[in-house]
Amino acid sequence: MTSSTIPTSAAAPSEQATERPTLLSIRNVAKAFGRNVVLRNISLEIAEGEFLTILGESGSGKTTLLRIIAGFESATSGELWMGAERLGNQPPYRRRVNTVFQHYALFPHLTVEQNVAYGLRVAKRPEAEINQRVAESLDKVKMTAHAKTKPSKISGGQQQRVALARALVNRPRMLLLDEPLSALDANLRRQMQVELKSLQREVGIAFVFVTHDQEEAMVMSDRIALLRSGELEQVATPREIYSRPVTAYVAQFIGHTNLLEGSAQGGVVRCGTLSWPASLPDGPVLFSLRPEHVRLGGAAASGAVRARGRVLHQAFHGATELIRVQCAGGLVLVVRTASGSALQNEVELEFSASDAVLVRESPERI
Amino acid sequence: MFSRAYKTAVTVPPLAWVAVFLLVPYLLMFCYSFWAVSPAQTIVHAWNFANYEELLQKPVYWQTLLRSMWIAARVMLFSLLLGYPLAYFLSFYAGKRKDLLYQMVIIPLWVSYLVRAYAWKTILGADGVLNTSLQYAHLISHPLDFLLYSPFAVVLTLTHIYTPFAFLPIYAALEHIPRNLVEASHDLGATPAQTFWKVIFPLSIPGVLAGATFAFVLSLGDFLAPLLLGGPSGIMISNIVVSLFGAAYNWPLGAAISLAMLVLVVSLLYFSERLEKKWSFS
Repeated sequence: MTSSTIPTSAAAPSEQATERPTLLSIRNVAKAFGRNVVLRNISLEIAEGEFLTILGESGSGKTTLLRIIAGFESATSGELWMGAERLGNQPPYRRRVNTVFQHYALFPHLTVEQNVAYGLRVAKRPEAEINQRVAESLDKVKMTAHAKTKPSKISGGQQQRVALARALVNRPRMLLLDEPLSALDANLRRQMQVELKSLQREVGIAFVFVTHDQEEAMVMSDRIALLRSGELEQVATPREIYSRPVTAYVAQFIGHTNLLEGSAQGGVVRCGTLSWPASLPDGPVLFSLRPEHVRLGGAAASGAVRARGRVLHQAFHGATELIRVQCAGGLVLVVRTASGSALQNEVELEFSASDAVLVRESPERI
Repeated sequence: MFSRAYKTAVTVPPLAWVAVFLLVPYLLMFCYSFWAVSPAQTIVHAWNFANYEELLQKPVYWQTLLRSMWIAARVMLFSLLLGYPLAYFLSFYAGKRKDLLYQMVIIPLWVSYLVRAYAWKTILGADGVLNTSLQYAHLISHPLDFLLYSPFAVVLTLTHIYTPFAFLPIYAALEHIPRNLVEASHDLGATPAQTFWKVIFPLSIPGVLAGATFAFVLSLGDFLAPLLLGGPSGIMISNIVVSLFGAAYNWPLGAAISLAMLVLVVSLLYFSERLEKKWSFS
């Protein structure tokens, strides 16, 4: 895949990028450690005040990309521009970018307050200003009561807040967050997602958030940049990436989906026993169909694609259930229904042809 | 979980070892320090404080003790000044050569102490490597006589011998500093120098204290370096103890000096450990 085929890359800016001025521009960045290529041809624009999530599996290169932005690694090729300034080999301490580290990296020999004051102290700000800004910052993350405590004496969630305050007190132009919630338990994690998002709106600083958790990415981001084996697969808003995935990989990584493999011929698509009209050039095609777009029982909407099948499996997911149905010809479709619906062994299925999204094959990469 | 017999079997031998080889000898030393020597050169079991009085009153004893502490303090300082940069370089910048360089610091410890002390003798002596080279280069006309048989030679030799002992705990402390703290410091705008003084050095203090204690305590009790290279002006307290237990045949006074040193060293160890605890944050 080349960058020109990514719909929302620098070549075709997304809605956010046109609304807000670009803050950071990553141009054709690649990174290799020896022979091990970690990032390939990354082009990405990050707008002022944007919440951008870099999403990917472990080993996809997302942390490396973040470290290149922070200045801990230098790109093997490509350029990094912040406004009119080229970051190049500028060391991290000269960049107006701050990081919240995965395990917070709070200084164990300093109190919470001293940790937060660190950036201002090394910048030799006047003491009165330091005290005022540190107090404000601690107040913003509700950690004033623990100002004189050492980091080892506070909980993970509290350490998380201190790490945020320590970064934000410097008023960076961009905040980088490296899986900051991964060490927290599920409840606290959800709570921090909301807090983090509202904090970002309040301070208006661009957040670049790295995670492997697609749900987290969906909840928090203005845009998601999905990385796969060192290349950008798609960059789009959560809604767009969910409803219009460009590749089979994206469709599978974000939420559940049915991948329908078939072929187009003479204006008709055939996937197994299913078929519907579509104006596509002849040849093999691949569609993504979300389980919630498949309905059970013949509601008989006009123009719907219909099938019959046998229920294989029913998985309870709280408000909804995921049902695996085997249709004639061996095709298995996953259907999402409201919980508690009584099921026969044999069911009727239907979906609108317009809900089947044409996606590209994702070739295997090393 | 473990049977009583098993617990006895594993605890008794080490306890017996400590009792036989540590507690009993120290107890004997303690007793000796309160006994006396008769004019006929026999040890009299008459309890008294005369040995301790002599230790405090005769300048030769407390002055030698002070000089030994001064030598040990200099060895400690120079070992730290050499050991710290070495440990810092190895831990942060050596990269792939780290293991090799580490071994090169350790290998001299396998060479006999005596060999290393003698090596300095051949380097520093009047006909030694250093003096002959300097004379050959016409930088000096007569051999420099302060090089050998002086406190200088003792400090130099002990620094050479004990630098690895200062290096090791410092290196261990530096290796334990999470590297993301260094990155966090840079990220917050601190230059490498600021990062060193505000993060790396404070977190390495327990190692520095341990290294300093090693270098100081080991040099304070040393008697071979002053014997071989110290000359009359480089005598240390242990040389006096050796002669009191040997030729001078005054075991009670020797025991009193040894116990005084033991108290000094144990209190030093105690304070150093308290400081180390105060500065450790893991």
